[in-house]
Amino acid sequence: MRRVALVGMPNTGKSTLFNRLTGASARTGNWPGVTVELASARVLAGRHMVELVDLPGLYDLHGFSDDERVVRHFLEAAPVDALVVVLNASQLDRQLALALQVKALGLPTLVLLNMADEARRYGIRIDEAGLAADLGLPVAAISAKLGTGQAEAVRRLAALLDAAGPARDAALREALAEDHRREAAVESLLARHVHVPPRLSDTASDRLDRVVLHPWLGLPLFFVAMLAVFQAVFLLGTPLQDGVEALFGAARKSALEPLLAPLPAFTRGILLDGVWAGVGTVAAFVPLIVVFFFFLAAVEDSGYLSRAAFLTDSLMARLGLDGRAFVMLLMGFGCNVPALMGTRVMRDRPMRLLSMLTIPFSLCSARLQVFVFIAAAIFRPGVAPWVLFGLYVASFLAVIVTALAFKGRFASREPFVIELPPWRAPSLRLVSLRGWIEVRHFLRRATTFIFVGVVAVWLLTHLPAGAAPAGPGTLAGWIGHALQPVLGPLGIDEKLAVALLFGFVAKEVVIGAFAVIYGLEGDALAAGLAGSMDWVAATSFMIFTLIYTPCLSTIATLRTESGSLGFTALAVAWPLALAWVTGFAFYQGMRLAGF
Amino acid sequence: MSELRLLSDLNPGDHGVIAAVHAPEGLGKRLTALGFSTGRPLRLVRRALLAGPLHVRLGTTDVALRMAEAAGIQVRVAAPGPA
Repeated sequence: MRRVALVGMPNTGKSTLFNRLTGASARTGNWPGVTVELASARVLAGRHMVELVDLPGLYDLHGFSDDERVVRHFLEAAPVDALVVVLNASQLDRQLALALQVKALGLPTLVLLNMADEARRYGIRIDEAGLAADLGLPVAAISAKLGTGQAEAVRRLAALLDAAGPARDAALREALAEDHRREAAVESLLARHVHVPPRLSDTASDRLDRVVLHPWLGLPLFFVAMLAVFQAVFLLGTPLQDGVEALFGAARKSALEPLLAPLPAFTRGILLDGVWAGVGTVAAFVPLIVVFFFFLAAVEDSGYLSRAAFLTDSLMARLGLDGRAFVMLLMGFGCNVPALMGTRVMRDRPMRLLSMLTIPFSLCSARLQVFVFIAAAIFRPGVAPWVLFGLYVASFLAVIVTALAFKGRFASREPFVIELPPWRAPSLRLVSLRGWIEVRHFLRRATTFIFVGVVAVWLLTHLPAGAAPAGPGTLAGWIGHALQPVLGPLGIDEKLAVALLFGFVAKEVVIGAFAVIYGLEGDALAAGLAGSMDWVAATSFMIFTLIYTPCLSTIATLRTESGSLGFTALAVAWPLALAWVTGFAFYQGMRLAGF
Repeated sequence: MSELRLLSDLNPGDHGVIAAVHAPEGLGKRLTALGFSTGRPLRLVRRALLAGPLHVRLGTTDVALRMAEAAGIQVRVAAPGPA
């Protein structure tokens, strides 16, 4: 088994190439010397079984960004037999230096000129053979997007490994600052082998930018585009989600219930309402995540995400965030989980954490279901939509307050300098592959956590045995009672407190919990709710439900994405505190005002 | 006829040659890797609203950067006009 690492700058299509070479067989895992997970997969190159590792994109092998450090630490800690450097063929003027940096490491190296098709459209001609001879490294032109040149690249890699000796991990540190010589070498190589027309023609990309980045039209256009994506995600995702839920319900009715009938009620309950419901909760997220990442990958690959960052940056900069955070916040209004996973496009860790802290305040579709039900039960039809609108405003305010409160703590060290890649049509195959990879990631990491949470809530609402489910005699009832000194001042009674406990698992469960707690359903439940609380208490409850804690799936995602228990604790504790203060201020303020 | 100006002061359409890049260590390397080095031609494509970022073209590379970063880059401006 030989190990080969992929190196390249961001936006060179390195990961596209990786996905193309490895298909869906890639897995992410931990490596010695580095704290982040790297994707790797086995591929066959000639007679060699190769473990191909996709390293983070970097601009400078000797640079000091997180990703650049990761690459260096990886190379120092894990022996590598060969390196593959991926360069953007139309940007060789600034990317060749990286190839020379990698060459200086003294390892067998293959240079791949990606996006060869795009370079040709620019009128850029590259003398590959001459470049290879003067570089002293094999060079191959490919298009990772179209898949051209891939076979040839693999052949070159096999030849490289044929000639390579055993892995040498020492001597890497020797390769150090030769920056001056490198610069001169780039100039000379460019002058002799690369022809770039003096002024680029007015490309289609420029014409599109003139509209999309228009000073006045750009932002509204972006809102419309995001709204369309948002609508599409839920137009496609929600029926699929309902389908999965129906499937789980049907399996339960027709197979599991008869099968488990002989078991005692308690065991049956924990298996059906605990375990099976937990599995169903996890599974229901899958279609949404697939569809979301399908669209996100398309938006990202097209180049619109960088442009959105350009458009919204001046607004978001005032909150200590940048334009990409804005895109994810909008996505969070659908479902917080994929939006949190989407923050991976941010390279700077403090900014990513700050975004992850704000996203759970986005009023997701699960919370919307709860609010629609309560608003319809408590408010007149003319007023209810305004209550919902007010909750959306509250959601934005919570984001702003949180960002302002924590922007000092998660101060972004990184200056805002990003590349605006040319517009590209996303490739269907790669976009779908990305969706699949993200789903696997979610399933692997979130299942245990969600599962344990669902079973715990079931136990709390059913123990001690014999008590009415979720009634005052259960552990949950006791907790609801014990919380009265805290939640009472917010107008939240014991029954509502138990419902909040359920909402911790998944917000949409709150209504189902009402049904269990009140022993009513549908219109009767709405009438029961209206009878048990006035509009001030109901609004206070909705405000608290909006803010109080991310649901279990969101918390599981926060933990895996941040990799920090401390941060996850903060992301749970801060919303709780904010929810309490807001609910208290609203409820007591309204009561003081005489309502 | 040319004059020395800060990139942050240019108008859309202005173009010239980079005269100097002043930036702290990390940012300097990043800017160099993106193509901001002395002697390279550059053009300001557009500016975002509300003192937002600048859209700059260097050769075949388009870059967006904030005013703060652009204020460290000096440009010898050719006669203003569309590039």
